[in-house]
Amino acid sequence: MTQPAAASSAAFLAGAGCYLPSRIVTNAEVSSALGVDAEWIQATSGIEERRYAAPDETVITMAVEAARRCIASAGASEIGMVIVSSGTADRRWPGPAASVALALNLGGIPAIDLAMPSAGAIFGVALAAQMSAVHGDVLVIASERMSSVVSREGTHPNVAVLFGDGAAACLISRRTGVARILGSVLHSDATFDQALHLGLTEPMEMDGRTVIMQASRKLPQVITELLERHSVAKEQVGAFLMHQANQNLLRQVARTLGVAEATVFSNIRAYGNTSSASVLIALAEWSSAHPFQRDVPVVLAAFGAGLHWGAVLVTGS
Amino acid sequence: MTETQTKILTIIQTLIEAKQPPAVGLDESLFDAGVLDSFLLPGLVVALEKTFGIKIPDADLSSQKFESINLIADYIRSRS
Repeated sequence: MTQPAAASSAAFLAGAGCYLPSRIVTNAEVSSALGVDAEWIQATSGIEERRYAAPDETVITMAVEAARRCIASAGASEIGMVIVSSGTADRRWPGPAASVALALNLGGIPAIDLAMPSAGAIFGVALAAQMSAVHGDVLVIASERMSSVVSREGTHPNVAVLFGDGAAACLISRRTGVARILGSVLHSDATFDQALHLGLTEPMEMDGRTVIMQASRKLPQVITELLERHSVAKEQVGAFLMHQANQNLLRQVARTLGVAEATVFSNIRAYGNTSSASVLIALAEWSSAHPFQRDVPVVLAAFGAGLHWGAVLVTGS
Repeated sequence: MTETQTKILTIIQTLIEAKQPPAVGLDESLFDAGVLDSFLLPGLVVALEKTFGIKIPDADLSSQKFESINLIADYIRSRS
């Protein structure tokens, strides 16, 4: 689905923030616990460590902390809607969005759950860019407690070692911001829904080879589709902030796009795959270190279970 | 060995930067044999498209189709 450019042209990214649990879990620790070679983890994924939530930290508490940091970064704001993406919510329903809003003293405003791992934050930002015309500032949060999922009995150790916990948020405003949202492209296709899925009680199952093949093709395609739609050359893009699934995948996407690997932000070494939180964690960390430059485009992109994939184009304002 | 099988082995040899074609049975899993891993698959797909002049659609990008030399050869035949 390609969104009309005019409908999202007046939305801004006003700020971002993230929260990572303090507990660092190294490859040596998971290697010892799960019997997976630590060097294999690093070579296969680029991951050296990940964060695991403390027992009292939930999808909701991490989301709230990330949101507070985002609001502090964006400055005063009258938030009119909250969107929370999570594939690891603590219960089937209600989802975390209303509880997160309440904890932020935003009870009463519409709060939407996106039960969408990996690509959920991109869908959330694209949705917020549209909804902000009606609801005012929209807080988009992605929060994932993947350690709860991968600790399920029967999870393949080679899959379990890839994931970590974390949350991040960004504020989408119609008034002003550090970057203007130029547009987005979103896609969904359930042909390969079994390639990566999580049942109600069963362990997560991942056909990693199929997922990699699909992601390696779909991510460059959707980014190219977005750039062409907005007449932006890939060489103009200041940074590609992508879902942090695997360092080898990030390299593959850079190669296929024909862009320098240095333009593809990576923090997977430190956090592993934090599912839908990862692209907003990347946004928060990248924008904190590299303030948006006027008229320099930045691409956010993600791919994940569903399959759902998409990309958002912003430019410094 | 058919021409298609030989070409596939040559592609894989190039992909894994080996001096010799991989010593793997035609029906043996390329993954279980340690010849291919997930991150060589995208390159394999690109090379197959180029060598055989075919377009492999997204719907066919599942690992099962690329499990062995013979499965790849069957797939190439189905697209030619």
